[in-house]
Amino acid sequence: MKLFFHLGRYFILIRRVFSKPEKVSVYMRQIVHEIDNIGISSLPIIAIISFFMGGVITIQAAFGFTSPIIPLYALGFTTRESMLLEFSPTIVCLILAGKIGSNIASEIGSMRITEQIDALEIMGINSAGFLILPKIAAGVLIFPFLIAISMFLGIFGGYIMGMATGACSSYEFIFGIQAFFEPWKLYYSFTKVITFAFLITSISSYFGYYTQGGALEVGKSSTSAVVYSSILILIFNFIITQLFFT
Amino acid sequence: MIEIKNISKTFGDRLVVDDVSFVFEQGKTNLIIGESGSGKTTIMKLMVGLHEIDGGEILYDGENFPTLGVKEKQDVRKKIGMLFQGGALFDSQTLEDNIKFPLDMFSDMTEEEKLDRVNFCLDKVQLTNRNKLYPGELSGGMKKRAALARAISNNPQYLFCDEPNSGLDPKTAIVIDNLIQSLTHEFNITTIVITHDMNSVVEIGEKVLYIYKGKPWWTGNGKDILQTTNPELLDFVFASGFMKEVFNAVNKK
Repeated sequence: MKLFFHLGRYFILIRRVFSKPEKVSVYMRQIVHEIDNIGISSLPIIAIISFFMGGVITIQAAFGFTSPIIPLYALGFTTRESMLLEFSPTIVCLILAGKIGSNIASEIGSMRITEQIDALEIMGINSAGFLILPKIAAGVLIFPFLIAISMFLGIFGGYIMGMATGACSSYEFIFGIQAFFEPWKLYYSFTKVITFAFLITSISSYFGYYTQGGALEVGKSSTSAVVYSSILILIFNFIITQLFFT
Repeated sequence: MIEIKNISKTFGDRLVVDDVSFVFEQGKTNLIIGESGSGKTTIMKLMVGLHEIDGGEILYDGENFPTLGVKEKQDVRKKIGMLFQGGALFDSQTLEDNIKFPLDMFSDMTEEEKLDRVNFCLDKVQLTNRNKLYPGELSGGMKKRAALARAISNNPQYLFCDEPNSGLDPKTAIVIDNLIQSLTHEFNITTIVITHDMNSVVEIGEKVLYIYKGKPWWTGNGKDILQTTNPELLDFVFASGFMKEVFNAVNKK
């Protein structure tokens, strides 16, 4: 029953979020601020993780591909497929759920317990729209760029590690990352990214918005935001994969 | 003018506000007083629509607020300024941005006009040239004054103040009280102040509603209150021995 309560309340909140903004120019300014807050600030962690993960994938693949019938360009191919299909769109989004999700939930939760949300309501502002819509819009806009950078850096990391360890030649790796490329897989990846961006920002906002109590409850909301965002990312990953691969 | 008629509110099986009626007059500081947990903040939250009433009417210049649609409620709320107990300033914004915020949302002023208005409001609350400070850099009293500046920035017709003196030293509390009263008179605002500070009651209470266990128990003004014979109100007013001694000393003279 609690699941239905949360689902109902979540959809009511989303309806409020997408109601007409009071002043579009102020919302646009908020979106730009959120793009910086959500997106740009996440760039360093994404870059580091992606570069090293790409490298690790290449090294592990090189270690596994011992058979002489497997061509060396398979290293580039494997790294590309891993990064494009799963690591960048799903694992990086799970990492972002931890970083951004807890940030959003604690920010909105703190505003709730210090009556800042009440202050917005009393001013005649749709607090749900004003606080949450710019976060969702910023997430949906900036996540694809972050993930594209993650994909590029992951493959680049694989290339560097491949060269450094002598697992394959530059030509073989580059040939591998171009081999058997199917563009629809990019649609698949970015469909996932946009869906996950919406889930992370909206679910985290939901938990923050309905925080009740004090600092302890803000912490609990942050935890719930990360846990539920992560679970839903995994569920939707499965659903979208089923839709694209069957 | 705001009139509440027979409003009531229950939380679960607990009756928190029980059939309260009162008229809050324009151009006067109207006080709701009572012990902690007596229901006074709930009454205020009902009046501004943060809680829904179970029964009764809340009339803003004749318009029954609870029955209005979302859009109409927002229109009424644009005429409301509110000073929250903790200030409720936006932490991530400077004082200037905090005070400018309602103007950004609802006015067609130019940036220059908005800045003039911000400076005017900061002058009014004696925070001149503090535009670029963040709420985290302010003392408790300054936060209250800054919140008051934000509350009046959009020329409200109705001003709600939730325990404006809580956590302040007596001297700063008097400054805040006087500010609220002078703004009320100067701009002819309908002001509602929630308090349990007896200094405030005597100093600025032009119309006072005493709430006892969710019920309207006594009405009058800040001067009448010292002459009351109502036993519950006497207990409240003279809860501190010091207040009693002062009162007796004044009476002897």
